[in-house]
Amino acid sequence: MAFLEINHVTKSYGANQVLRDINLSIEKGEFVAIVGYSGAGKTTLISLIAGLLRPDTGSLTLNDLEITEPGPDRGVVFQNYSLLPWLTVYENILLAVEQVSPNWSSAKKQQHVEEHIELVNLGPARNKRPSELSGGMRQRVSLARALAMNPQILLLDEPLSALDALTRATLQTEIERIWEQDRKTVVLITNDVDEGILLADRIIPLSAGPGATLGPSIAIDIPRPRDRKALNHEPRYQKIRRQVIDFLLGDGGRKHTVVARKLILPDIEPEDLSAPHSFGGRKRKPIRRGEVKTEPVEVDV
Amino acid sequence: MSEYLVIDNLTKTYPGPNGAAIIVKDFNLRIKQGEFVCLIGHSGCGKSTVLSMVAGLSEVSSGGIILAGKELTGPGPDRGIVFQSPCLLPWMSAFKNVMLGVDQVFYTAGKDEREQIAEYYLSVVGLADAMHKFPAELSQGMRQRVGIARAFALAPRMLLLDEPFGMLDSLTRMELQQVLLELWRKNKKTALMVTHDVDEALFLADRIVCMTNGPAAQVGEILEVSFPRPRERKAVLEHPDYYRLREHLISFLEERAHSKSHHSSTASDDATPPLPLPDSEPKKLRELPLEPIPTTKP
Repeated sequence: MAFLEINHVTKSYGANQVLRDINLSIEKGEFVAIVGYSGAGKTTLISLIAGLLRPDTGSLTLNDLEITEPGPDRGVVFQNYSLLPWLTVYENILLAVEQVSPNWSSAKKQQHVEEHIELVNLGPARNKRPSELSGGMRQRVSLARALAMNPQILLLDEPLSALDALTRATLQTEIERIWEQDRKTVVLITNDVDEGILLADRIIPLSAGPGATLGPSIAIDIPRPRDRKALNHEPRYQKIRRQVIDFLLGDGGRKHTVVARKLILPDIEPEDLSAPHSFGGRKRKPIRRGEVKTEPVEVDV
Repeated sequence: MSEYLVIDNLTKTYPGPNGAAIIVKDFNLRIKQGEFVCLIGHSGCGKSTVLSMVAGLSEVSSGGIILAGKELTGPGPDRGIVFQSPCLLPWMSAFKNVMLGVDQVFYTAGKDEREQIAEYYLSVVGLADAMHKFPAELSQGMRQRVGIARAFALAPRMLLLDEPFGMLDSLTRMELQQVLLELWRKNKKTALMVTHDVDEALFLADRIVCMTNGPAAQVGEILEVSFPRPRERKAVLEHPDYYRLREHLISFLEERAHSKSHHSSTASDDATPPLPLPDSEPKKLRELPLEPIPTTKP
């Protein structure tokens, strides 16, 4: 049995079916990216793995044990950072360590926290509160906190979606560097196909809801470290990217029904608003495009 | 008329404590009628400043902008603008939001005709059944569809788009690019769009103008994008030139990114230093000896 197994999981909120027949197995040490539309049910899926929600039918197992509640074996990084605003960077991480390893000596806890602050390059900011940090730095804290719990699996729920393009690229490189160090099992949820291909071993599209389900799993056999620029002339990258986008905009896209509607578009020109609105009290008529003619006319020079 | 929009030596400066801060310097660009041009660059490089000067929302420090043979001096309905956030009035339905501009620009037309215009554009952007909903009832993507419909409904001479899909997730963004392209193709509007998304620029534009980093941003280089039209996402992605152009643009942006951030450390990738605040307590007023108010004596 695989490390993380999801079998025939469905989840509904009231009458709205969100996830339908989700099947996924992830091996230990694998980095899997799941891409899908916002609102498709990506966060529901990660909450199910985290144990924050229970499935309606089907089962989820981690290491052969059924997931029934949240636990420190699964570290979660949320899009909105979820840091405690009145604690410093150091204290936020320490809080997690104290929960998970209460029996450690305080020197060991301290050293463990310091190591993780260094890991995400936050040394100079260790005594700052979240409000004094930029979005990118907050997400680094969140990542360090998740890693400091020493989880068996890391769940990343759109960790970079709220950041600007430049910071996102920097943090993608960081995530890859950190992952290379201990090769933890990672599930990354994202809406950015490129982010998925850059980081993961395997990319799986999630179709648009309602009743979202996983599409074909595509292995990314491109050697690491992957360079954002050089990937462009990698035929394998081009193929994977096309497959994922095709699925998400095609079979797995939002369902539209096309109906023919009779619509009328009046053939009139917009008025020049800087010109006077009326001439001697007479209301003007709109200029119809059909009335606008270009004719060759003779003029005196 | 081959040159529809002419931007000539456009410069924007703001007065600062150490002399004027130059944001954009000698920006030159010529756009043909019916052309789709994308301005690409990093945030803060001044690309939105150029766009808002063309829109007439920001004053031109020197240089000039000519649209359809007339110099631009202020904002007007001849330029339809789509902003990053759709900026809809929350107490009006999508339909009323579009009607607001239509009533102004087509004031000589009858009410039925004005309503037909709004209905037409809201329907073709995919809101046929949702046009009477209020902004709060619409998703972010649907709100931006209203923004696009509103811009087209005014029958503007040209379209100005300021990162219109910047706030959407990358898949919804692709859907809306298709909607925009379809409308653009039917209406043959001249368009100038600001973006930092390489794929978006390649999919939509005839030409991509890369801007150098500010301060004193200029046109860095101009890339011709000759994918056949009408464009289909699949065909564009399979075009042999696509990834070559994409790599070229990414390198251009990456070089700019490094030249911009080389002075900042990794830990403060996008942080601004906190403002210094003197660490002093306020004096207790009651403990201060009351001094007599000096009066002027002869």
